[in-house]
Amino acid sequence: MAAPDQYQPHASRDDAAEARYHRRAFLVMTALFVVAPFVVYPVFAMKALCFALFACAFNLLLGFGGLLSFGHAMFLGMAGYVTAHAAKVWGLPPELAILAGTAASTVLGVVVGLLAIRRQGIYFAMITLALAQMVFFFCVQAPFTGGEDGIQSVPRGKLLGVLDLSNTLVLYYVVLAIFTTGFLLIYRIIHSPFGQVLKAIRENEPRAISLGYRTEHYKLAAFVLSAGLAGLAGATKAIVFQLASLTDVHWTMSGEVVLMTLLGGMGTIFGPVVGAFAIITMENYLAELGSWFTITQGAIFVVCVLAFRRGILGELEAWLRKRRGG
Amino acid sequence: MTEIFGVPTQALFGQLLIGLINGSFYALLSLGLAVIFGLLNIINFTHGAQYMMGAFAAYFLLNKLGLNYWWALVLAPLAVGATGVIVERLMLSRLYKLDHLYGLLLTFGLALIIQGAFRHQYGSAGLPYAMPEQLTGGTNLGFMFLPNYRGWVIVASLAVCIATWFVIERTKLGSYLRAATENPTMVQAFGVNVPRMVTLTYGFGVALAGLAGVMAAPIYQVNPLMGADTIIVVFAVVVIGGMGSIMGAILTGFGLGVVEGLTKVFYPEASNTVIFVIMALVLMVRPQGLFGSR
Repeated sequence: MAAPDQYQPHASRDDAAEARYHRRAFLVMTALFVVAPFVVYPVFAMKALCFALFACAFNLLLGFGGLLSFGHAMFLGMAGYVTAHAAKVWGLPPELAILAGTAASTVLGVVVGLLAIRRQGIYFAMITLALAQMVFFFCVQAPFTGGEDGIQSVPRGKLLGVLDLSNTLVLYYVVLAIFTTGFLLIYRIIHSPFGQVLKAIRENEPRAISLGYRTEHYKLAAFVLSAGLAGLAGATKAIVFQLASLTDVHWTMSGEVVLMTLLGGMGTIFGPVVGAFAIITMENYLAELGSWFTITQGAIFVVCVLAFRRGILGELEAWLRKRRGG
Repeated sequence: MTEIFGVPTQALFGQLLIGLINGSFYALLSLGLAVIFGLLNIINFTHGAQYMMGAFAAYFLLNKLGLNYWWALVLAPLAVGATGVIVERLMLSRLYKLDHLYGLLLTFGLALIIQGAFRHQYGSAGLPYAMPEQLTGGTNLGFMFLPNYRGWVIVASLAVCIATWFVIERTKLGSYLRAATENPTMVQAFGVNVPRMVTLTYGFGVALAGLAGVMAAPIYQVNPLMGADTIIVVFAVVVIGGMGSIMGAILTGFGLGVVEGLTKVFYPEASNTVIFVIMALVLMVRPQGLFGSR
């Protein structure tokens, strides 16, 4: 999907300004996250960080590749199951369990990606949704997922045999490190030549093809990267909550990550992080009201699509740009 | 008792019947989606919620106004269609110039609101809806026992599907519609009010979902989430059939319902996933769908 603020070729001076803005924003964000566990409940902050990484991974595909996947929950949930199984049943240390989960969703990403990129636009969304539903039913029936109960009391273990993850604060900073690594990796991908080609495909696929790019390969690569990073988020989440359950594979979760990205600002670097924190905070307060959470989510969708398509960060950036007279 | 492939014929025909019933709903729903997609280029994610609204409308008509099933069959689709017209006028019409995916996101949001609101009001447990008394009981067909209501659902939905196909493919009105699908600007230049046609088409597609909901009410219970999972299966049906042809949507709907029913007999573990597996296979062999043209 083309981001509403069409990509415009910047002069190199603007590029430098943008890089400076990104660097500053990144430092502010990291500083906030470093002090976060002393201000808010650490488990809440970890949950938000996992979802922020999930949304960033999703945004890599939607905001920069123009591909709307309506089934990203399958990567989050599947990685969670594999990680939980590896840590609990196989007794793997957390770093290997997380690696196993991430690898599983990367492989799943290859299979789903190969099928889904055969169609574009709306069909792509429907196909990913349908395949995710298939994965959901697989998880309901497969013996290792524990059905309705999920996999509970997953051991957190010791990272690299040294860091005791049962200490909440240690765990928090490990999660923050994972998030930051994923975030920087995505930033690097977006600003690489690969990322530029991806944006070109988003803007005009036939033209990218006529320029000689094998767009299918680029789209598949973007899909697999996004799936793998979503898997990293799901794997980390399973270790944090010591739980892998059907909630994470359900289509409502796929919808939630779309909403986080849309609300924060798709195609922006920091938008998904903002969106994830906003939705998780909202969920915190509205969760006990049950259906009201669903209704609010739906309302945010409608408002965002009708009036607020650039999202929080997109609007903010547009406003800043206008003020600078750009 | 006779057997086919080691399966008692009673069970086989029983599941075949259930398959045809599910297929009737798949056909009606994917037909509505195809009609809407043809003119609006929007995938209506609210379709499942509107199907549920049809069932609830039938429930209200019976329990609040005392109007029976036959009234519901007419009034409920009209009511649901009317809400569709409002949605199109107020919201969807603002999105036509944008990427079509925004339509998907908007209708997804609407589905969340509608389903959330009904669940808030009526909980997740189903409400029973009595079968119309004219259609209770059943007929012995010799090889199986056919409950009358189920036979009626199959015949009625087949009739509605064929009537829709006839209107779109064989009448003057339908030719306007097909022309507007090809080139709305040109049709407008010939003096046809295309925006109104778009509104009414959306209303009609939504009304089809409402009608499916009324017919489903006596079979499944009236439940706020009855459309939530169904719509995903219908999406897969649409991908398999390809959105290009009306008849394609009807045939794929019935056909996949039957396949799903047969899977329940021969390999029950896969009955939830068989349609998605078929979708994956079709994507590998014929990405544009069985009846689709690029």
